[in-house]
Amino acid sequence: MNINYIRPLDFKNGRIEMQHGSGGRVTAHLINELFAKAFDNPYLAEGNDGAVLPPVSGRLVMSTDSHVVSPLFFAGGDIGSLSVHGTINDVAMMGAVPLYLSAAFILEEGFLLSDLKRIVESMAHAAQEAGVPIVTGDTKVVEQGKGDGIFITTTAVGMVRDGITLSGNLAQAGDKILLSGPVGDHGMAVLSQRENLSFDAPIVSDTAALHGLVSAMLDSGAGLRVLRDPTRGGVATTLNEIAQQSGVGMLLNEAAIAINKPVEAACEFLGLDPLYVANEGKLIAICAPEDAVRLLAVMRAHPLARDAAIIGEVLADSHGFVQMITRLGGRRIVDWLAGEQLPRIC
Amino acid sequence: MKYLDEFRNGELASIIAANIAREACPAGIYRLMEFCGGHTHAISRYGLADLLPAPVRLIHGPGCPVCVLPIGRIDQAIRLASDHGVILCTYADTLRVPASGNLTLMRAKAAGSDVRMIYSTQDALKIARDNPERQVVFLAIGFETTTPPTAVAIKQAAAEGLKNFSILCNHVLTPAAMHAILDVEGSVSLDGFIGPAHVSTVIGSKPYEVFATDYAKPVVIAGFEPLDVMQAILMLIRQINSQRNNGSAAVENEFTRAVTRDGNQKAQVLVSEVFELKDFFEWRGLGSLPNSALKLRPEFAGYDAEIRFGVDYVAVPDHKACECAAILRGEKRPQQCKIFGNVCTPENPIGSCMVSSEGACAAHYSYGRFREVSN
Repeated sequence: MNINYIRPLDFKNGRIEMQHGSGGRVTAHLINELFAKAFDNPYLAEGNDGAVLPPVSGRLVMSTDSHVVSPLFFAGGDIGSLSVHGTINDVAMMGAVPLYLSAAFILEEGFLLSDLKRIVESMAHAAQEAGVPIVTGDTKVVEQGKGDGIFITTTAVGMVRDGITLSGNLAQAGDKILLSGPVGDHGMAVLSQRENLSFDAPIVSDTAALHGLVSAMLDSGAGLRVLRDPTRGGVATTLNEIAQQSGVGMLLNEAAIAINKPVEAACEFLGLDPLYVANEGKLIAICAPEDAVRLLAVMRAHPLARDAAIIGEVLADSHGFVQMITRLGGRRIVDWLAGEQLPRIC
Repeated sequence: MKYLDEFRNGELASIIAANIAREACPAGIYRLMEFCGGHTHAISRYGLADLLPAPVRLIHGPGCPVCVLPIGRIDQAIRLASDHGVILCTYADTLRVPASGNLTLMRAKAAGSDVRMIYSTQDALKIARDNPERQVVFLAIGFETTTPPTAVAIKQAAAEGLKNFSILCNHVLTPAAMHAILDVEGSVSLDGFIGPAHVSTVIGSKPYEVFATDYAKPVVIAGFEPLDVMQAILMLIRQINSQRNNGSAAVENEFTRAVTRDGNQKAQVLVSEVFELKDFFEWRGLGSLPNSALKLRPEFAGYDAEIRFGVDYVAVPDHKACECAAILRGEKRPQQCKIFGNVCTPENPIGSCMVSSEGACAAHYSYGRFREVSN
């Protein structure tokens, strides 16, 4: 008789129970059988309270992000891949090479183990693809009705090499604004799934890790001032944030901002403005005007920015207005998002 | 997008703009009211004012359903949700309209009331079916466009014997508001109307003929796309020029791809089966207007939440500094309100015109306020 026997996790029909978060043997079992196996790396395998990491030569960048998306699974990704990409991208936008991730899970009692497994494996795949190991983590369970299935918080640490300084307050009048591709794919993929809308061509989330693209952009030597990924609130909100931080205005050219046809149709149908819809695999770059064309060529050579474009320029404007020449030739403000356009998309 | 890109073509817009500039008499003035919030939004979103010459002035009208709802109506909805414990179902824009006591439906929700945002009346019916032990009230608002779906819901509820469903009826009538704009003292002088798009698909172009014959005001019904608006402006300028040379006013239809003279008769019959005229209805900005809104017919009165729960309408004055009333009459522009853009913003609206993206204040704030700075 094996007196250390613990019943295997039932990944077919099993559900999360309160004891999975108790800190006892069942918790350890869940961690060992699911998380440690999927995230497999030597730091995690040590099984300590924290990961001891080797020294690095450069400034450290750290960023954290919580993920509460509903539905959990959507075309092009799920809460797992999103939680890896989103945090890697936040670090990458500071010009850093992402090195390590941590992941904290809040699970609701009753959550299907099969769904948890699918999500954890998706995270592991995304982390492996990005080359960024998940070196530490935490799991808590809340009673049924006190969560919404699963919430995931990830933290990333990266290193930025000397000579690179990117910040939202560095945009200057005359700088060019570049966008890496069509807008609104992620938000509309999630929303169309939630609203059961189907289109001739399905809308697929653009969720992706952007540090490879960023690395190519930095290597080009172009005078980059700001990088930012237009996630929640979309391109419009991100540009307003930068304009406020830098104390400048902006003038965009609507015709230069690409939107995939099904996204445009879905936005039209639901009365949404694609400029405010979330992206999870796009970036905005602000760079010195003389380097813009060269930077654009580098971006277009990368598979994640084939449709990159120069969408506008930075203006001197103490009011911080982001303005746009519309497709009709008129001029208008592209304002901060007022209220809430889309609930829970990332 | 097929059937939309064609109406958002910048090159065609500049051709129409050139025609407008050529035909608008530089010494004259053309005061055109776009009645609908849908037009206000299109004009602001596409920056159409930049394509128009100085003599052409666009005046925003009251055709924004949440803008014309008086405070007392939102108070009723909040009372239903908080005091009577109903599930209150509503379209999204209504959630943020300021009510008495610094409340909104959204704040009532945060304080524990069961307020749910829905996309259609069918959602409200489903909530009622799924919660047989709860009372479900649909806050029915809007002009003629949103009335037929409410009528369908009432008929469905009656057919299914759905006892826990009712509506707080705020369906209002476009022609009544246009009469008020022309009759009410203090309203602005107008030379013509850009007529409603979606409303006209239901009621047709016929109900506007009285404005041409009795008031000598040209009306051009226009779609909600930017080229529709530009073309309608050109048609209005031509009519006004002809009027000034002793011609007469007429109702013209730019939106022929969707609007006929008689409108959607099936929808009209449906609405008249379920609703009848209400003697008086108070509009924000326009006051209490006779025969300007609808109520349920006696045979459907059991679905009237005001009757079912005994929540009477109590008139509440607007915020003292708020100019929504004058703005809805076309008498003032948003930027002439003292609290525009400082106390009253889309994040913290004081008046209803700052709530919906179709409201004149929200549209000007979100899309056009840079003009105040550069001018």
